[in-house]
Amino acid sequence: MAEKILMPALSPTMTEGTLARWLVKEGDAVQSGDVLAEIETDKATMEVEAVDEGVIAKILVEGGTENVAVNSLIAVLREEDDDDAAVEALLSSGDAAPAAPAPAVQEAPAPAAPVANEDQAASAPSPASAAPVANAGGRIFASPLARRMASQEGLDLAQLSGSGPKGRIVKSDIEDALAKGVGKAASAAPASAPSAAPATRSVAAGPNAREMADMLGMSYRLEPLSSMRRVIANRLSESKQTVPHFYLSVDCEIDNLLKVRKELNAASDDFKISVNDFVIKAVAHALKKVPAANASYSEEGILFYDHADVSVAVATPTGLITPIVKAAETKGLATISSEVKDLAGRARDGKLKPEEYQGGTFSVSNLGMYGIREFSAIINPPQACILAVGAGEQRAVVKDGELAVATVMTCTLSVDHRVVDGAVGAEYMAAFKAVIENPLSLML
Amino acid sequence: MSTSFDVLVLGAGPGGYVTAIRSAQLGLKTAIVEREHLGGICLNWGCIPTKALLRSAEVYRNMEHAESYGLSAGKPGFDLQKIVERSKGVSKQLVGGIGMLLKKNKVTVLEGEGQLAGGGKLSFKGNDGKAETLTAKHIIVATGARARTLPGLEPDGKLVWTYREALRPDVMPKSLLVVGSGAIGIEFASFYATFGADVTVVEVMDRVLPVEDAEISKLAEKSFRKQGLNIRTGTKVAKLDRHDNSVTVTLEKNGKTETVTVDRVISAVGVVGNIENIGLEKTKVKTDRGCIVADEFSRTDEPGVYAIGDVAGPPMLAHKAEHEGVICVEKIAGVEGVHPLNKAQIPGCTYCHPQVASIGMTEDRAREAGRDVRIGRFPFVGNGKAIALGEPEGLIKTIFDTKTGELLGAHMIGAEVTELIQGFIVAMGLETTEEELMHTVFPHPTLSEMMHESVLDAYGRAIHF
Repeated sequence: MAEKILMPALSPTMTEGTLARWLVKEGDAVQSGDVLAEIETDKATMEVEAVDEGVIAKILVEGGTENVAVNSLIAVLREEDDDDAAVEALLSSGDAAPAAPAPAVQEAPAPAAPVANEDQAASAPSPASAAPVANAGGRIFASPLARRMASQEGLDLAQLSGSGPKGRIVKSDIEDALAKGVGKAASAAPASAPSAAPATRSVAAGPNAREMADMLGMSYRLEPLSSMRRVIANRLSESKQTVPHFYLSVDCEIDNLLKVRKELNAASDDFKISVNDFVIKAVAHALKKVPAANASYSEEGILFYDHADVSVAVATPTGLITPIVKAAETKGLATISSEVKDLAGRARDGKLKPEEYQGGTFSVSNLGMYGIREFSAIINPPQACILAVGAGEQRAVVKDGELAVATVMTCTLSVDHRVVDGAVGAEYMAAFKAVIENPLSLML
Repeated sequence: MSTSFDVLVLGAGPGGYVTAIRSAQLGLKTAIVEREHLGGICLNWGCIPTKALLRSAEVYRNMEHAESYGLSAGKPGFDLQKIVERSKGVSKQLVGGIGMLLKKNKVTVLEGEGQLAGGGKLSFKGNDGKAETLTAKHIIVATGARARTLPGLEPDGKLVWTYREALRPDVMPKSLLVVGSGAIGIEFASFYATFGADVTVVEVMDRVLPVEDAEISKLAEKSFRKQGLNIRTGTKVAKLDRHDNSVTVTLEKNGKTETVTVDRVISAVGVVGNIENIGLEKTKVKTDRGCIVADEFSRTDEPGVYAIGDVAGPPMLAHKAEHEGVICVEKIAGVEGVHPLNKAQIPGCTYCHPQVASIGMTEDRAREAGRDVRIGRFPFVGNGKAIALGEPEGLIKTIFDTKTGELLGAHMIGAEVTELIQGFIVAMGLETTEEELMHTVFPHPTLSEMMHESVLDAYGRAIHF
């Protein structure tokens, strides 16, 4: 029997991904465990390994193809006893069919507009659909007549509500909308685009940068959105628009910390502990003291997590990713340090496994190394808190009525007020400050 | 016996009994009052028994043409009493079925007459002579309609018939004059003509089946004439002279009169609502031109009193009554998402030979409404199945809005079109455009392929014609 090689799911939520490149070609002999191809998802690159040995008989999806549906046939492996007929039989068995059209269906109508979704493709073939609108809502139910009328009248179905069975948009809804003058799709005219952008759009609803630039004759380079960039845009827009943020800042004196760090690093060549490693440890320690901050909001209730799984923001060439130090409260500084080093390294190479960056109960973002004094981060849902860490710098402080010099690091906590109230957040920051200013307490 | 109900339905015709069953399904304590037969006119004196008669006519017509199918049946004969008995038997079977359905759904059936007494009360006089007062939170009037009578044209049960006598003739009249060429008149004309009566149809409008698309009317008239019917359009009956066993009818057209003497006359000049003797005067219920005035959910001006079906106004069709009743009682029960009946999408079927069926706007109506239309036509002669059936006469016409591709109407004449029309009804209900219809795979070989071709023709793409 010839073997099917299917597009793998790298995470439970993955529905499609990019087949980045093939490491084998048709006719190559492979052994079980050989890497056949690299698959890219929104967050990571994964390798597809051969499960059996044989010869690659046919590659059905070219390297570089985006939006390949999970479980679609990407190649066929010919095993030892197979003849061509076995391969042909498999190819003609119908399973091959879904593979090829999948990218085409998901693809936006205009190649230059990589973010149009299928609703738009159906409802708004006007130039306005080039605006990068991601609609997470999925399919819009509308009668064919309603769809056509909406398209002819320039109405955006996503803005209308349906009066038909189960909310289906029908002809009378379109007639109502026309009578009331509502539901107009964003105009294609660049001048009116900024004001016409409807409030319901979740991402990048403001002025269309491209239309504006084209109109003003600005020169630019258009880089298509990577799936990672798209996820960042969606997640953070959603967070900033739907999560009620508030911010708490404290100044932490870290002279003690720096001293302890220096001593620890001098004691062994096996590790080199960073300030950030201390921050991660302190974050976890404080979460154990104030567990109310280690939580998530959901419609069913507040989730209080047992472990402090600390997501650490890592900048990579393609965007932000947050690998996790799991159960950081149970780990020593040396362990945390080496884990972060490994995770960050693989994050930059796009080699993280999904379980290494999905989950996490609390995030840390540190821009201190760039000399940033302080900043406020956007919460990484469904987490309730993110700690933004600034640079440790010498500042003038007043101690016992006298001017003194101390190394100060400003930390700002962004808090989801649905989960954590101001007093709880403040209590947490006090606990954090206590640990960071007196790292020896970590030993207690 | 309980005398208090959630819902009380007055009249067990097709509207009433369906409403009662739906009401009981929704958990409402329901009773239905009927003075005569379950199933009302539809099952006992209308839709169903006429279909049984027309089936006899169809089989007879086929027997007459047996030779053209390579069969020899000799000269066919018929026994009018057996045809009528069969028709009665069909009604009886179905009426029994309705009794079972009501019982199964635990609807209380009250045989007798009911009159609204105001304030949620109904005075009931049982056929057994007992009288009592019933109370109900909701009373749904579904008393139906009866034949309209015109002055001078009053039916007498012997020479001048309504549908009642026409359904149960004792002898086949040699000559017959049918007044009115609507569905009822044309169906009887078709039946009697098939069995050899010399039939004249008088229509005051300028064409037969005047509610249908003009093009379909014209084709129907042509076919009727070919079958030997005498069609007199634009003509009215000025006078009837009744003799012992014949009637002399004075016809008037454009001021000119002429007389015709026939054995029998059938008056089929429409129906009027049964609004008398049901106690409306004791309520705030308003009436207009012989029908009860009700809103889109069948509510009258009297709180707790509703009217559905023929008595609530046209179109006076069983399927309209059923739907109206279901919507009414679902609204009462608070079912979510109940929509009023879309009266623009109620089909009409006439079971003459050839059959006629339609839904939506006629071409004239669409143009009057200012719609820019595309018309598709496909004739039966271009369809393989129609030729194989030996039914090459007929047409399927479709009307689309040029701009939106909305299917505005469909009009058909020919064999089995009453069974075909539902395809377009579903399409209109789902608001399909020409595109979905074109992409629909119709089975081959069927008459339904003509529906597809008609749509294609509207866009200049018909394949087989």
